[in-house]
Amino acid sequence: MSANVEAAWAALEELTDPEIPVISLRELGILRDVRPAADGLEVVITPTYSGCPAMEQIEDDVRATLKRVGIAARVVTQLAPAWTTDWMTEAGKEKLRAYGIAPPHQTPPGSNVVRFISKPAKAETVPCPHCGSGHTVESSHFGSTACKALYKCLDCQEPFDYFKPY
Amino acid sequence: MSAAIDYLLHLADNALVLGQRNAEWCGHGPILEEDIALSNVSLDLIGQARLLYQLVAALKGGDCTEDKLAYFRDTHEFRNYTLLELPHHGPLSGYAQSSLDYGTTIVRNFLYSALMALLWEALEKSANADLAAIAAKSLKEVRYHLRHSRDWLVRLGDGTDESHARAQASLDHLFAYTQEFWAHSPADAAAIAAGIGVDVTTLRADWDAIVDAALNEATLQRPAVSGYVTEGKQGIHSEHLGFLLAEMQSLARAHPNGVW
Ligand SMILES: [Zn+2]
Repeated sequence: MSANVEAAWAALEELTDPEIPVISLRELGILRDVRPAADGLEVVITPTYSGCPAMEQIEDDVRATLKRVGIAARVVTQLAPAWTTDWMTEAGKEKLRAYGIAPPHQTPPGSNVVRFISKPAKAETVPCPHCGSGHTVESSHFGSTACKALYKCLDCQEPFDYFKPY
Repeated sequence: MSAAIDYLLHLADNALVLGQRNAEWCGHGPILEEDIALSNVSLDLIGQARLLYQLVAALKGGDCTEDKLAYFRDTHEFRNYTLLELPHHGPLSGYAQSSLDYGTTIVRNFLYSALMALLWEALEKSANADLAAIAAKSLKEVRYHLRHSRDWLVRLGDGTDESHARAQASLDHLFAYTQEFWAHSPADAAAIAAGIGVDVTTLRADWDAIVDAALNEATLQRPAVSGYVTEGKQGIHSEHLGFLLAEMQSLARAHPNGVW
């Protein structure tokens, strides 16, 4: 690994998700790779949801950060393989929980559509990030952003976001 | 290459037009959670449309951009299913005003999401690697759209007499338009021959299974359909698309090359 690549990873480590400022782009699995290219470095990012408005901000942040530390780099957006919440690091998930967002479960194996929709709605418990209770219910599939569902804790009565498996 | 462009435009226009329709609920949802849900579904659809338009623009080259494709084409150039451009209410002429009906919204989203969940899954094996990548992403999103619309379909159908009657009326109105799903256009045939597209008729048994199971749970009757098959994906649209595009495109056309 060249010194520049290491320096770039170190500089980018401080970049967080524009909407969840406690988790870094690396921990989220958005920042995929930093590699040497003919004209400097190439930083590979993978978009989350197709319509996620944060992606352009993230690209700008990456460019600005590397420019500030004097590293010439190009940002490459890579669609395949598609981003999945399974790439989120364990440390990242813990930070989400501490921030009040229940981290995503592992995505279900296989991709059979019929099985996905016929799965009972309450198959998996989403523990409350505030009190740890498993006594929670989903209020809505869709929360404040596309990546989250809205839940409610029946013990401490607090509403909370659940980062959906994607 | 033309086969790929026509096919990608069809997929993109589907996503954009339904995204624009569903966005009409933004600020008008029947309850706050549904307002947010429909806005999120729209955001996903418009995001899918953007990825597909960017791909088309790259294939066309020259000065083509995603914005030109979305904002500077007219009705006859759009390739979406007619089903997706219809307003959120029963049959009325294009300029008629009526309250938005959530049953219509839910039934349409369910019928379309059931198809796209199967189609995106099959398109993950498209010979066009970029389309396969977009399909993999879109599949993750459409599964949530399908789950959302299916839950509400059951809730409305198996709800009160009023919600049941309105869900059934929406189904009776919209179901005939699903015939267009299964009729190949020349563009479909060319894309299938090139290995880019998928023969949707191979997905029909699975679509029927998803639809019938949900309708059964919702205590709704599947309408028998026959007669005119719409041809929106060949550019022959209902009068409703023009009104939708006029609203969607007016800002970009009033301020060409505007940046904000
Ligand atoms: Zn709690």
